[in-house]
Amino acid sequence: MSEMTSQPSIAQIWDWLDAVPDPEIPVISLVDLGVIRDVAWADTTLVVTVTPTYSGCPATAVINLDIETALRDHGISDLQLKTQIAPPWTTDWLSEKGKAKLEGYGIAPPQPSGGPQRCPQCGSKNVSKVSQFGSTPCKAHWRCGDCLEPFDYFKCI
Amino acid sequence: MTFDAAMYQFLLRMGDNTLILGHRVSEWCGHAPVLEEDIALANTALDLIGQTQMWLGLAAEIEDKGQSADDLAFLRDAWDFRNLLLCEIPNEDFGRTLMRQFLFDTWHSIQLGHLTKSSDERVAAIAAKASKEAAYHLERSADTVVGLGDGTEESHNRMQAALDYLWPYVGEMFQSDDVDVVLAKAGVAPDPASLREEYDAVLLRVLSEATLTIPDSRFAHKGGRSGAMHTEHLGHLLTQMQWLQRAYPGCQW
Ligand SMILES: [Zn+2]
Repeated sequence: MSEMTSQPSIAQIWDWLDAVPDPEIPVISLVDLGVIRDVAWADTTLVVTVTPTYSGCPATAVINLDIETALRDHGISDLQLKTQIAPPWTTDWLSEKGKAKLEGYGIAPPQPSGGPQRCPQCGSKNVSKVSQFGSTPCKAHWRCGDCLEPFDYFKCI
Repeated sequence: MTFDAAMYQFLLRMGDNTLILGHRVSEWCGHAPVLEEDIALANTALDLIGQTQMWLGLAAEIEDKGQSADDLAFLRDAWDFRNLLLCEIPNEDFGRTLMRQFLFDTWHSIQLGHLTKSSDERVAAIAAKASKEAAYHLERSADTVVGLGDGTEESHNRMQAALDYLWPYVGEMFQSDDVDVVLAKAGVAPDPASLREEYDAVLLRVLSEATLTIPDSRFAHKGGRSGAMHTEHLGHLLTQMQWLQRAYPGCQW
C-alpha cells in the first residue's frame, strides 16, 4: 500500500465505506444501514462516528473491525472510531437504495405502519406475523399467505 | 449521600436489572416451547445484556476505580447486586417467564421514557436507545400474556398462578429511598413512587384483556434494589454466570 501524499476527500471516504457490506445482511452496505453518522478529518486523524443498531447486537464489534480494515486497505493509518449512542439509531436512516436492495434480497423493508407492505417474494399483500423477532436483532419473522414462503421483515424502530 | 454515590447506586440498579433478567431469559436458549419463542427470548436477553454494558459502563466510570462493566458484572458477589428481586426469580414454566417479563417490561418502558428527559445527558442517551427496545419487548410480552391468559383453561390457570406468585415482587419497583431522593431532586431520575399510577393503568388494561385477576394485596418483598437481602436464587444464578471468571480469574478471549 502506497503512503498517502494528500488526504482523501470526505466524499471519497464515504464511497469507500459504501462498499463495506453489513456483516449480517451483506446485500446492503454500512452506509445503507445508516450506522455511519459522520466522517471528518481532525487534522491528520480520520474520525468515523458510528451509531450501533441494537444495544446487544453482536455485529457491532464486527462492523467496527470491518470499517477499520477497509479504510486501512485504502491507506488510512491514522484512524479513530467513535461510538455515538444519541440520537439512537432508527430505521429512518436506512437509505432508499438500501431498502430496495433489502427487498430484492427477500427481506421486507421497514414500514412506519409496523408491518411489511407486501411479500418480498411474490408481492402479495396477504402476509401475517409469525414472530416479533427473527434471525437477527433487527428483523421479525413473517409469512406470505399466497406463495406460502416465510420471510424476514426489517423491524421499524 | 453525595451525588456521585447516589448516581453509582442508581446505575447499578439499572444495569443489574437488565443483567440479571437478561441472564435469566438467556437460560431459555434452546429450551423454549417453539423455535420462534426461543429466538424471541434470546433476542430479548441480548437487548437487555447490551443495555447492561451501557449502564454498568457508566457506573464504572462514575465509581472511578479503574473497573470496567465486565468487572462489575463478573467480580461482584450477591450482596453487591442492586437488581429488583423480580429479576432474579427463577423461570419456572414459560408462563411465569412471560408474566415476569411483562411485569418488568411495563415498569422498564415507563422508567426509560422518563429517563430520556434526564438532566444527565449520559443517562438520557442510554435511555433513548434502551427505551425503543423496551417498548418492543413490552409489545410482545403484553401480547403473549393476553394470548395465554385468554387462551385455554390450562394456559389461563398457569398465567393466573404466575401472576399470583410474582405479584408480591411488584411493589419493590416503587419504593423510594435516599438514592432516589437525591436523583429526583437533581432531575436525573423520577421518584419511583411517582410511576405507580402509570404502571397500574397499563397492568389493568392488559391483564383485564388477558382475563386475569390482579391480586388484592400491596404486600411487597424488598431488599433487591437496596442490596439488603436478595432471594436465595441470586447466588445460584451467579455461580453459573460468573463461573468462568471465578475458576480462571482474569481469563480473556
Ligand atoms: Zn408471497
